[in-house]
Amino acid sequence: MTLAKRIIPCLDVDAGNVVKGVNFSDVRIAGDPVSFAKKYTHEGADEIVFLDINASHEGREALKTVIKEVARVINIPFTVGGGIRSLHDAREILLSGADKVSINTAAVKNPELVSQLMNLFGKQCVVVAMDVKRHYINDSTEKKSYWFEVRIFGGREGTGIEAIGWAKSVEKLGAGEILLTSIDTDGTESGYDLELIRAISRAVRIPVIASGGCGSQEHILEVFRRTDVEAALAASIFHYEKATVNSVKQYLKDNGINVRI
Amino acid sequence: MAKLAIFDYGAGNLFSLESSMRKNGAKQVSIIKDMDTVDEFDGLVLPGVGNFDPAIISIEPFKRALEKASVTGTPILGICLGMEMFLERSEEGKLNGLKLLKGYVKMLDKKKVKVPHIGWNNLNITNKSSKLLSGVQNESWVYFVHSYRIVSQEKEITMASTEYGTVFPVVIEKGNVFGTQFHPEKSGVIGEKIIRNFIGVCIKSK
Repeated sequence: MTLAKRIIPCLDVDAGNVVKGVNFSDVRIAGDPVSFAKKYTHEGADEIVFLDINASHEGREALKTVIKEVARVINIPFTVGGGIRSLHDAREILLSGADKVSINTAAVKNPELVSQLMNLFGKQCVVVAMDVKRHYINDSTEKKSYWFEVRIFGGREGTGIEAIGWAKSVEKLGAGEILLTSIDTDGTESGYDLELIRAISRAVRIPVIASGGCGSQEHILEVFRRTDVEAALAASIFHYEKATVNSVKQYLKDNGINVRI
Repeated sequence: MAKLAIFDYGAGNLFSLESSMRKNGAKQVSIIKDMDTVDEFDGLVLPGVGNFDPAIISIEPFKRALEKASVTGTPILGICLGMEMFLERSEEGKLNGLKLLKGYVKMLDKKKVKVPHIGWNNLNITNKSSKLLSGVQNESWVYFVHSYRIVSQEKEITMASTEYGTVFPVVIEKGNVFGTQFHPEKSGVIGEKIIRNFIGVCIKSK
């Protein structure tokens, strides 16, 4: 046996509530993070990711309280991201009980932060999240061409940075993992963005977590069969109880994927 | 009832380790930054978050106390980096290790596997008399987050190994010195069993 493929439920959190957005907008409230975390741990989640999607000063204190509660009830690793801009922010999150911090906008604005975090906490603590969207090039021909652009501030702002090159840069800077979200597929429940995931996963030698677009267990099987990502993140299929973590893992196992059961 | 101390190198999350120790039988858990009071505790834990050199710098002044504990005193559990520090040196840093164990720390082979090794992998239990692994089944899943592995020159101290690119020791025991390459505090119910076993050792050695 070898390293298992990980199934990671994601809790998007805003002011203490778990929420799930569609295409990074039209936010709907879905429930309490602590009970979700507890439930997923019991169901066999391999890890939990916790993203503060609207990190404000007031929200930050609420988040720390939630992290402490979540850390107390679960015995598996968990990652917290959203609004982490400095070493101070990262340390506060880690000391509240998170195992890893995920940084996104701050990594783009201040790439040094990735290295600083690595030097202080070790690279295994540092997840760089990338929100990526196809950027179409207008040309006179019928054929549409595009490149992958890194976007920041929850997908609201373009950067002009090409995603594959950026993935290689964050690996060099000292990221331990990449959490890769396709804005094009996020919230659509139409399947992971296999083309993007394959491109990024092949470009780096650190683990990649696929995110954005999962609507069924078949999508998770597909991403493990057709790309070499180490982990798949999903939110809505678990939140709305289309499937349990356990049933998904059993399905994957039955289809020859090495998972922890 | 066991009183445990967790040594703080000043980097990272000790909260989940602390709450896991409490949940699994420790009556008292103290976070310590020096070893002046180490004799008052029944067990000492060196946690697994940080970088080799900064961690060594923070613990170096207490090397004598650790050496003493390793022979006669308080059981010590090193988790991940905490275990790596027991060896003589590490490719992660320039400083010497604590030299409680013979051997060194080597980076995982990036050509063969993605590094860090992050996620759940199996234990291959090679020594059934292991105290930490008492009641733990072979091939149990445990959670790893590391880029380095230990190369031990004392074969007999390895209780279990794991394969990732190569086969390496992931549970070691030598006298009062215990180590896990994985994170028991993050390894679900199996990890909790291992922590209860360590706390059991601490209680017995009082």
